[in-house]
Amino acid sequence: MSVGSKTIRFTLNGEAVGAEVPPHWNLVELLQNRFGLYGARESCGQGLCGCCTALVDGRAVSGCLYLAALADGTRVETVEQPAAGGGLDAVQKAFIECGAFQCGFCTPGFVLMSRKLLDENPDPTEDDIRHYLSGNLCRCATYPEIIEAVKLAARLRKKRDATADKRR
Amino acid sequence: MKAKTAQTGTVGQAIPRTEGSAKVTGRAEYVHNLQLPGMLYGKIHRSTIAHGRIRRVDTTAAQALEGVHRVVTGEDIRAAVSDPHYGPAFHDQPILAFEKVRYAGEPVAVVLATDPHVAEEAAARIVVEYEELPAVFDEVEAMTSKAVVHEVLKPAGTFPDLKHLQGRRNTNVALDYRLRRGDVEAAFKKADHVFEHTFRTQQVLHVPLEPFVTVVEPGESGVTIHTSSQSPSFVRIEIARLLGWPENRIRVKVPYLGGGFGAKLYIKLEALVTVLALITRRPVKIALTMEEQFYTITKHAATLRIKSGVTKDGRITARACEVWWNGGAYADIGPRVTQKSGFTAPGPYDIEHVHIDSYALYTNLPPAGALRGFGIPQLVWAYEGHTDMIARALKMDPVEFRRRNLLVNGRPQATGTVMKDAAIDTVLERAAARMEWGKPCDPGTGTIRRGRGIAIGFKASISPTTSVAIVNLYADGSCALYCGTVDMGQGSDTAMAQIVSEILGVPIGSVTVVHPDTDVTPYDMATLGSRSTYHMGHAVRLAAEDARDKLMALTREVGLSAETAPIRDVFRKKYGMQAGNIVGTGTFIPTYTPTDHDTGQSANVTPFWMIGATGAEVEVDTETGQVRVTRLVNVADAGTPINPRIVETQLSGAAIMQLGFTLSEKMEFSAGQCTNASLAAYRIPGMLDIPPGIENEAVESAERGGPFGAKGVGETGTFGVSPAIASAIEDAVGVRLMSLPITPEAVFRALRAKQGNPLKDN
Repeated sequence: MSVGSKTIRFTLNGEAVGAEVPPHWNLVELLQNRFGLYGARESCGQGLCGCCTALVDGRAVSGCLYLAALADGTRVETVEQPAAGGGLDAVQKAFIECGAFQCGFCTPGFVLMSRKLLDENPDPTEDDIRHYLSGNLCRCATYPEIIEAVKLAARLRKKRDATADKRR
Repeated sequence: MKAKTAQTGTVGQAIPRTEGSAKVTGRAEYVHNLQLPGMLYGKIHRSTIAHGRIRRVDTTAAQALEGVHRVVTGEDIRAAVSDPHYGPAFHDQPILAFEKVRYAGEPVAVVLATDPHVAEEAAARIVVEYEELPAVFDEVEAMTSKAVVHEVLKPAGTFPDLKHLQGRRNTNVALDYRLRRGDVEAAFKKADHVFEHTFRTQQVLHVPLEPFVTVVEPGESGVTIHTSSQSPSFVRIEIARLLGWPENRIRVKVPYLGGGFGAKLYIKLEALVTVLALITRRPVKIALTMEEQFYTITKHAATLRIKSGVTKDGRITARACEVWWNGGAYADIGPRVTQKSGFTAPGPYDIEHVHIDSYALYTNLPPAGALRGFGIPQLVWAYEGHTDMIARALKMDPVEFRRRNLLVNGRPQATGTVMKDAAIDTVLERAAARMEWGKPCDPGTGTIRRGRGIAIGFKASISPTTSVAIVNLYADGSCALYCGTVDMGQGSDTAMAQIVSEILGVPIGSVTVVHPDTDVTPYDMATLGSRSTYHMGHAVRLAAEDARDKLMALTREVGLSAETAPIRDVFRKKYGMQAGNIVGTGTFIPTYTPTDHDTGQSANVTPFWMIGATGAEVEVDTETGQVRVTRLVNVADAGTPINPRIVETQLSGAAIMQLGFTLSEKMEFSAGQCTNASLAAYRIPGMLDIPPGIENEAVESAERGGPFGAKGVGETGTFGVSPAIASAIEDAVGVRLMSLPITPEAVFRALRAKQGNPLKDN
């Protein structure tokens, strides 16, 4: 154990967890080394590409720049968070349906940000989508397909909500 | 799932990718995810100068840092491996530099520690003393420079056309490729017009978002190499050669790749990490940072001089091309780029007299290799810029000028190979039709000017190369495909599974694609040059057909009806229970005639041709030089697609990547030091950079030699993008950019120069 390690407690994908973290670790290292979660992954190392995106208390952070110790007492969500009711959520289904990934390395960041976009704005325009996702890079340049996937996910979510309303 | 297999119709369908669920949940397997018990992390200390002799490597302070397991230098590597030089074309690259460094960023020493942060800190404490040597950076200067990068040339022996270079001294020329057809000098004299232009392209890099990563586990009798490689078979064979071991002691495993684009070919980290694991007897992992990718492999900068003789009615009669490829400090696959792409330097035109001289040069820059197009985008940049400029000079419509000169099926290409199944004319016409080329284009007003351009390029496949596949049919009718093709995002798992599904008549979900593992999957040359669909596609087809034929024979043997018996009943009847396998194998190597050394002529230079055209519409802000691409139309001959959606995504992705190489990306150097080695300073395209209108089309076409009429497509979308945009800018504002990238500054400078009021240089 490194000098200055501290024990933190937080909620990870809905479960209460604790971990010993050295003070210099970032969130990606915490997720990988302590929890075996590799969906948030370091790429550019400068918070520019979005591959390491995770949500801390609902806010998107760059896991490569966010110190692990700061996660103490927070609610952390990663792409591995199971969808409500299990299986894949509307965004994930839409990404598959639209072929909105190629190598898949950036995909977790795009999935998380697309979900957040639709939470904030259930009916985004193409321009909204482009601006909201402009902090995520895809070197395979699957951008047109991602835009289509977000539009489809918006429709799927509306359909789901309409069905839920009828059931009420 | 009957013994007599019915075609499922899977091939040709835009079915979703088979690995979709794993990728959208973040659970897809990458080497990056691998941690092993007792594993050491390596961090590399790199050369700080471009060219020099290593006087002393002082590792004392690094070794003294608490937590450091060991520091390894080039001399330590030499003690472990008698000749530690590797490379696909030349055995010129040392596992770690010793005696000399040849570029800034070259690996000189490695620190190993269980904590990567400790290794990183210790690597920074290594002190290396150099005696600096004169360096050469420019590819044309390298032809005659007194600064020589390598004392002696050491061809690998794999390629016959490099053998004549063995032992050459005092030269930076790593290959001098030539093609001679007809008599260009006489034709230039006879021509009504002669045009000559020089174009330049910049050094850029692949930037896969998963940086290079390799983990090596030493075992009792050999090693297992987990690596982000596009060429597992090459890695095995080259590591075997370096160690003097048989192939069966080296196991190379490759899961998914987080992008490749030609970067992750041949040997990158594999030799280094293998030797470190053997020295320490511990598992070792090296994962590069984004910055380190800039010091690993890049795309050739090039200078291209092109000269054409043209009749007054617009026929090109002669073309001479000279190309200088800046290969950096180590040849990697550069000499192949020089030759294999070199022979298409005149473009997809029917020209009687052609001369090509194409030179691979060593310089003191980071090495250059294959990047999505293998040299073709550089060549198309020159020949389509040149072709467009000629059309404008002759006051001819640029598309009409191309029509008059287009190379059509049945006519010989510059190598003498007669064109077949190459829809060059269709691709040009579809691009022109989508652009509504016959209608006038809105030229814009005030400070926003509009224009459009079109460009077309072509590429031969890499030949002759081998692919082998195995289909293993299980007793319940499901099956596995053992296939060495690496899925780095291009969708090969899905396409190959579609071929198996089609031939065996089983649902796609019943086909598992076993990822490259050289102890399990058979040989494949590599995943490169858009070769997999054609070469591996054929091997997979043959393996599936072999399995199907064996299944039919077994059905007859056990006396069941091929029409009605489910596959599982055939196995049960034969083995008395759910047991047994049927193994089908397939090997494919296309025919090929080597090019003549002196003339570059060959009757059969490629198994197939890839053709790509791009139309671009741009807006140029004359006050700022800012260029906005408003529409990008990509049209390709990809044969008959196995999966049309994946083909479209490949076309679109390649074109957007090339858009980055056209408008923003450039490695900047100062005295050989890359000064923008980060995504903050080296900008790749994001969501906001892609044109609002992007259209892609694979034209109706069939490659008769391909599996189900298919051929490769991974690179095709890159071909026409850069020159189409340059031509659109000329159409808009009357200036021609002849160097990449086309930055706002470059456009603004050109505009000011045109006004007779040039800006001063910085």
